[in-house]
Amino acid sequence: MNTTIMLFLLQDGITNGAIYALLGLALVLVFAVTRVILIPQGEFVTYGALSYAMLATGQVPGTARLAVAMGLVAFALDLFFARKALHARLVIRSVALNIVFPVALLGLVYALVGPHTPIAVNIALALLIVAAIGLFLYRIAFQPIAHTSVLVLLIASVGCHLALQGLGLVFFGAEGLRGPALSSAAVTAGPLRFTGQSLAVYGLTVGFIVALWLFFGYTKTGKALRATAVNRLGARLVGIRTTLSGQIAFLLASVIGAISGILIVPITTLYYDTGFLIGLKGFIAAIIGGLVSYPLTAVAAIVVGIVEAFSSFYASNFKEVIVFTLILPVLVLRSLAAPQVEEEKD
Amino acid sequence: MTQRLPLIIFALVMAVIPFVPGIPPFWIVLLDNIGLAALVAMGLVLLTGVGGLTSFGQAAFCGFGAYTTAVLTTAYGVSPWLTLPASLLVSGIAAVLLGLVTVRLSGHYLPLGTIAWGIGLFYLFSKLEFLGRNDGISGIPPLSIGAFKMLSPDTIYYAIWVAVLLSALLTMNLLDSRTGRAIRALRRGHVAAEAFGVQTPRAKLLVFIYAAVLAGLSGWLYAHFQRAANPTPFGAQAGIEYLFIAVVGGAGYVWGGVLGAAIVVILKEVLQSYLPYIFGGQSQLETIVFGIMLVMLLQLAPQGVWPWLMSKLPFKPTRKTPDTSVKLEHRERAPGTSPVLLHIEKARKQFGGVLAVNDVSFDVNAREIVALIGPNGAGKSTTFNLITGVLAATGGKIFVQGKEVENAPPQEVVKLGVSRTFQHVKLVPDMTVLENVAIGAHLRGNSGAIASMLRLDRTDEAKLLAEAARQIERVGLSDQIDQLAGSLSLGQQRIVEIARALCVDPMLLLLDEPAAGLRHMEKQRLAALLRQLRDGGMSVLLVEHDMGFVMDLADRIVVLDFGTKIAEGTPAAIKRNPDVIKAYLGAAA
Repeated sequence: MNTTIMLFLLQDGITNGAIYALLGLALVLVFAVTRVILIPQGEFVTYGALSYAMLATGQVPGTARLAVAMGLVAFALDLFFARKALHARLVIRSVALNIVFPVALLGLVYALVGPHTPIAVNIALALLIVAAIGLFLYRIAFQPIAHTSVLVLLIASVGCHLALQGLGLVFFGAEGLRGPALSSAAVTAGPLRFTGQSLAVYGLTVGFIVALWLFFGYTKTGKALRATAVNRLGARLVGIRTTLSGQIAFLLASVIGAISGILIVPITTLYYDTGFLIGLKGFIAAIIGGLVSYPLTAVAAIVVGIVEAFSSFYASNFKEVIVFTLILPVLVLRSLAAPQVEEEKD
Repeated sequence: MTQRLPLIIFALVMAVIPFVPGIPPFWIVLLDNIGLAALVAMGLVLLTGVGGLTSFGQAAFCGFGAYTTAVLTTAYGVSPWLTLPASLLVSGIAAVLLGLVTVRLSGHYLPLGTIAWGIGLFYLFSKLEFLGRNDGISGIPPLSIGAFKMLSPDTIYYAIWVAVLLSALLTMNLLDSRTGRAIRALRRGHVAAEAFGVQTPRAKLLVFIYAAVLAGLSGWLYAHFQRAANPTPFGAQAGIEYLFIAVVGGAGYVWGGVLGAAIVVILKEVLQSYLPYIFGGQSQLETIVFGIMLVMLLQLAPQGVWPWLMSKLPFKPTRKTPDTSVKLEHRERAPGTSPVLLHIEKARKQFGGVLAVNDVSFDVNAREIVALIGPNGAGKSTTFNLITGVLAATGGKIFVQGKEVENAPPQEVVKLGVSRTFQHVKLVPDMTVLENVAIGAHLRGNSGAIASMLRLDRTDEAKLLAEAARQIERVGLSDQIDQLAGSLSLGQQRIVEIARALCVDPMLLLLDEPAAGLRHMEKQRLAALLRQLRDGGMSVLLVEHDMGFVMDLADRIVVLDFGTKIAEGTPAAIKRNPDVIKAYLGAAA
């Protein structure tokens, strides 16, 4: 084969792989802290990307209103669960987080939106919106069942994915959208041309990997989050606020998802349901990383991206088949390497 | 017959429905869809709810069933009825191939693996030329009997619901049998089941294939109902939906699958037809509401609707008490010549840098009660696990009746007449005491899955249950025989474990802390039982911390400390042994 084609495919694979790596990292993060296998990660991607794209055309995305609605539900849940011991401080905090924050955000969006709003402002708004949605999603769907089995959490996660994907269609329509590029700079190296966009993808991915690795390995909060994952009760007994850990994890995951979305929406057209498939590929990487290792997940994601690029060139019809079958031998190896431990389920 | 009565009434009601005058034809279509979904859900009940193997990929097996008949009938002109065995066979073979990989996956890798191959197969269906790619295959002939063609929804209705009822019956028969108990034990981990001879990988593969064949049957019916097959209904979304159905209805219950199918199919229909009126023409609104409802349901009733309904019933279904007069033949014993029943020679177990058992040697003779004592972490339970094959020894030899056990798996060790209880009780909490104890007799029965489904196992089954009931009586728990094992006190659960171990008809009984959690009187009764067993010819090796209990009961005591044997002798000698006193009380004492 031709070296130039191979280089192009490699470049393409690495760019996609970097995005999958970001998503894989978020999945590992959420699973490690909350034991939730975050299927709606793909929706964070589309919400981030399409909200940004709509803001760029001067429209107010429906996601901003969704954040307000979810905040209201979260507030109601807070009140309901604390009904036996309503303290003023608790209520004020809940109002501030669940009502004031999303309403203020919606107000901000209406105030700033326009065809000439700077790109940076649009990005910030899109990120804030998705962050709020991620935060409330944990409060509403997962916090009440945080103690249940991985299976129940997984099914709830699928339920969230369905609801959010359906809402995505309502907000963004069935037509695909593209967003403006972050920068028009480009570097040429031999036959390859690196756009500012793809360089941003690489840079952010590496940055996140290092940051997460440092955060979980070397900071007290990071270690507290990991402790929550291993044993919720034990973590609570030593004074870790487990609900806060879950919220932090979801907040980080939704922001990472939204960033990935904003990074790719200038490169490819995204539809309301594209996120699911992109998320699943991040998933494959996360699984190869055993849902625990960040560096391994990143490497696996690059491999997934490259395999995808090459198979779409040689056997484009069977691209998805190849990518998804790739996972099976890995899963078997993983299971054999970590012999089954007695698990008390339910 | 009284247990079959609700089923017969249900069958009659279903048979009459199409004849009710004025029933909208559309309702029949809905019932057809419910039946098709119920078939798949029933397989999932067995696989996920009962067996604990979560699969998101069942829709792919429907695809195998549907595409097999689609290709055979349209391209090769094979008669639809002849394609039924082919469809089931193809789904079954696909299940064997995928199952060999899938059932090896542990923990959360399993559901993720099923999502992966579910999606992979969906893309395969939609890309293969001979399956018609995304358009699929149309023009599939209808089912027909003679000149009568099942063209309309109300004719194929009978084919679908006969399949549902038969499958329900066979599935319930299977669950209420020797094989069924083995399957039901899977969800609580494999160590306990394997200790009584259950081949857990085979049992897992069996349920996997069973669920796939039911899905294949549903796919075959679907193809002849729609008269077409395309990839969409066999994708990941559908696979997820089938799992929902099972969870909504109650994943542990056969009828939960049917009820779940009814709830979900009707709900989707209602949402699809009424939501656009409320919210004005938006499509896909039903998925939103559907997703939200699912999350709400999990928060309010994580067990599903069926068990909730059952708990509202004014009357409780009665259970038949087994007839204890039926005799179960004794296990065939190797002609034992050696008076040494268990001989351990320099057994050694290393976990990384930790030496848990350090060259320990001791014997257990016939008709003897030997106690293994030592401070916490001395390696007592590890020694048990080495003897029973749960752990592979790093070194040394273990002989049972002069025959060397070369790191044999637990299923083989139990065949030698060595049975055990566990330090942390390993019963299936949602099975009755009787059913739990009957697992102990697993190797003394021989009926397989197919015989159980067809109820050809009844004499065999009656013997096993009779034996279980006898052992429960022997340990003094006859009053609790029909209670769920999870509802007993911890002390009683330990006694249930002893009854289960006795069902093996063992020569050597290994008891791991049997007296923990028992009251004084109960301990005395337990001691009396163990003495009676010894006098009847059995040997007992027990780990126990209650020194009064041990000193009173044991003929001989072996003391371990930090994995090393420090003393062996009669209770009186052990009490005076300075090393033992040092190990328990420290050097200064």
